[in-house]
Amino acid sequence: MMNNPNMWRILVSLAVLVVAVLLAWPLEKKINLGLDLQGGMHLIYEVQADEAVLKSLDKTSSELEEFLSKKEIKAISIKRDGENLVARFASASAAQQAVDAMEEDYTILEEIGRNDNKESVTFGFTSQYRKQVYDNSISQALETLRNRIDQFGVAEPTIVQEGENRILIQLPGVKDRDRALKIIDVTAQLEFRMVYDQMSPETAKERGMPPGTSLLYEKQFDKVTHKVTGRIPYLLRNKVELTGDMLTNARVNFDQFNLPYVSITFNSEGGRIFGKLTSENVGKRMAIVLDGSVYSAPVIRQAITGGSAMIEGSFTSEEARDLALVLRAGALPAKLVRLEERTVGPSLGQDSVQSGLQAGVIGTLAVLLFMLVYYRFAGMIANVALIMNFFILMAAMAYFGATLTLPGIAGIILTIGMAVDANILVFERIREELLLGKTVRTALDQGFARAFLTIVDSNVTTLIAAICLFQFGTGPVKGFAVTLTIGLCASMFTAVFVSRTIFNAYLSGRRVTQLSI
Amino acid sequence: MFRLIPANTKINFLGSWYIYALVSGALILVSLGSLIFHGGLKYGVDFKGGTLMQIKFAKQPDLKELRNLVGTLDLGDFSIQEFGKPEEILMNVAKAEETVTGEETTAMKVEKTLREKYGKGFVVERVEAVGPKVGADLKGKALLAIFYSLIGILIYITLRFEFKFGVAAIVATAHDAIISVGAFSVLDKEFTLTVLAAILTVIGYSLNDTIVVFDRVRENIRLRRGMPLKEILNISINQTLSRTVLTSGATLLTLIALFFLGGEVIHDFAFALIVGVVIGTYSSIYVASPVVMVWTLLEKDKFKRAAASGAGNKAKI
Repeated sequence: MMNNPNMWRILVSLAVLVVAVLLAWPLEKKINLGLDLQGGMHLIYEVQADEAVLKSLDKTSSELEEFLSKKEIKAISIKRDGENLVARFASASAAQQAVDAMEEDYTILEEIGRNDNKESVTFGFTSQYRKQVYDNSISQALETLRNRIDQFGVAEPTIVQEGENRILIQLPGVKDRDRALKIIDVTAQLEFRMVYDQMSPETAKERGMPPGTSLLYEKQFDKVTHKVTGRIPYLLRNKVELTGDMLTNARVNFDQFNLPYVSITFNSEGGRIFGKLTSENVGKRMAIVLDGSVYSAPVIRQAITGGSAMIEGSFTSEEARDLALVLRAGALPAKLVRLEERTVGPSLGQDSVQSGLQAGVIGTLAVLLFMLVYYRFAGMIANVALIMNFFILMAAMAYFGATLTLPGIAGIILTIGMAVDANILVFERIREELLLGKTVRTALDQGFARAFLTIVDSNVTTLIAAICLFQFGTGPVKGFAVTLTIGLCASMFTAVFVSRTIFNAYLSGRRVTQLSI
Repeated sequence: MFRLIPANTKINFLGSWYIYALVSGALILVSLGSLIFHGGLKYGVDFKGGTLMQIKFAKQPDLKELRNLVGTLDLGDFSIQEFGKPEEILMNVAKAEETVTGEETTAMKVEKTLREKYGKGFVVERVEAVGPKVGADLKGKALLAIFYSLIGILIYITLRFEFKFGVAAIVATAHDAIISVGAFSVLDKEFTLTVLAAILTVIGYSLNDTIVVFDRVRENIRLRRGMPLKEILNISINQTLSRTVLTSGATLLTLIALFFLGGEVIHDFAFALIVGVVIGTYSSIYVASPVVMVWTLLEKDKFKRAAASGAGNKAKI
């Protein structure tokens, strides 16, 4: 029996089948369903990294002022102009002094030019430092988003950088998209700023704002419905005394009326700054600003040295919990721009799986029946090959960790239609050879041999199209390209190799004069 | 043996090739004409950006009321239509937006407004919001994908066959792609990313048929030396006819199942494939082979003329 040359073919076929079944079983655990099938969110954001560079320049501008005054060089003004800093000095020699001092100790800036009387110097970040700031803002955004999503509690999220400044987020199984979006794309920039008390906001609106101040608003809510009912203006100093970077914890508490508030704890440096700020400003108002909106502006009654503060506002307890979450996870270094959102609800996903399965089962049965009726015995062999083809397809998907999407299911169904093509090519060729009066064995040999090249040629072109599709496609379309590609490869194997093996086994040791084909 | 196509058919496919050339030409003209008339394709959210929402209500909503409600939001152009079932609607907002962190998106605004009116009486089943940048990127990438796949295929066929076969295959494929896209334009259906995937598959599939015929042509050229090319093409098409019809039939069986049972989301995708498979089968018989034949005739003509003028030159000397 082992001398039978067909034996190794049988063994290979069986081995492939066993491995395939082992890899793919149980199906629902081994195959990843795409977001369109299991429900979930797919988001693409662009990080406004240029904005982070500008912010960093603003910070550098005040640092430069401090640096120069330490060196006892007096700058009349340092202003940011686009991506440059323009520093004005009293004289050309003072300007030269400043440039010399900076050359040694302040290397992140480089001189770009001076005006005609040499009193005002334009600086910009060195390209190396600019890139560092730019890249940092993206990696920090990634880190922050990971933190937030971790705490939000999503099973197996994907958060990756795409291209230069894009972030792709996939959250399978998320049901409350509104809340997820709020947690992901809030900047969460917490600032403590002093209220400017020499002028009322109303006067400022009429006469213009004093230098170094800005007008921000506090939204007022209805206590029951939480709808915005109005807004209170505040005139605030631009100087940010303390930011959310220095907090170590944020959690939800409830006051005596059972209304939620967020209490935050600073790290030691933050606690020290906060203590100093509050002790120097007793009796004045300090505003707590989150993403450009005032949350509250309490009067400082006494120095707060314990290193903690509270944020009140008209929250629902869920909102308070989400705010505490994003504060703990940290602020985004720059704003994000939503480029793309795709959300599929879980029930639609289930419907899709169901109708996809239904179409698949009916389509497959139709093809199996057709092959059986048309080719009888040979059709049965083709059907065995077709079923094996399906197992191999599933196994390959499980092995490569490929994701099954709705177009992917369509790809599988289509592959079934196309997979029989290889069998039909072979069978039609065998029929032709039989018509020419050849024996069954010769007809089989020649049918397989002659159809083989045709099968390869015709499949390679479809493969080329599928690969191009994979290269450029996004999620669902990629899924389609993957199943199509794997399906085509599997069908070449099953139609050429497995069918042949079964035919050989059937013919071996038998005198066959008639073939049911 | 059970046969749909009798053995040894001797249909003269190439005899009246110019009639089919006219048919194909007319189909292409209609496709291009419709594209021009409609001012290009009716791109879906994927390509032109915008917001698409599929919403399932507890009970059938009044579409007019819904339109009025959404109209108050000042979102620009939008459409609301029933989707599959009477309780489900599909809403399309044309404006492609790029919202920054913290701003409300179109989908959020719509959901909020509907909540005020319907409370918990609906579920947002699907949201697809694509900004203008992504859509433009995708269009560029899509064109590149089609371009690269055609180039790749041309190279492969030229390597395996002859250049003129490669060109004929590409002509037939482009013919299929244009008519499939044209069908979407004529029926005013939306051209989405999945439809594009279907068109690319049609490109691969229709070549499949063409190559099976060409393979046979190559074999017959070797076997029947001296036979005119037209006859060889005819014989080859006849020999592979049964296979062409059967394979397309089997594929169509699965596609029809997909079309009727696969659900709303996959409907247009299946439709594009059905059109493509039918056209692709037609073109592998009536477009690809005639191109090879005409090309060869022109080549011979040129050759004859060159020979004639060459002879003339000699005569002068």
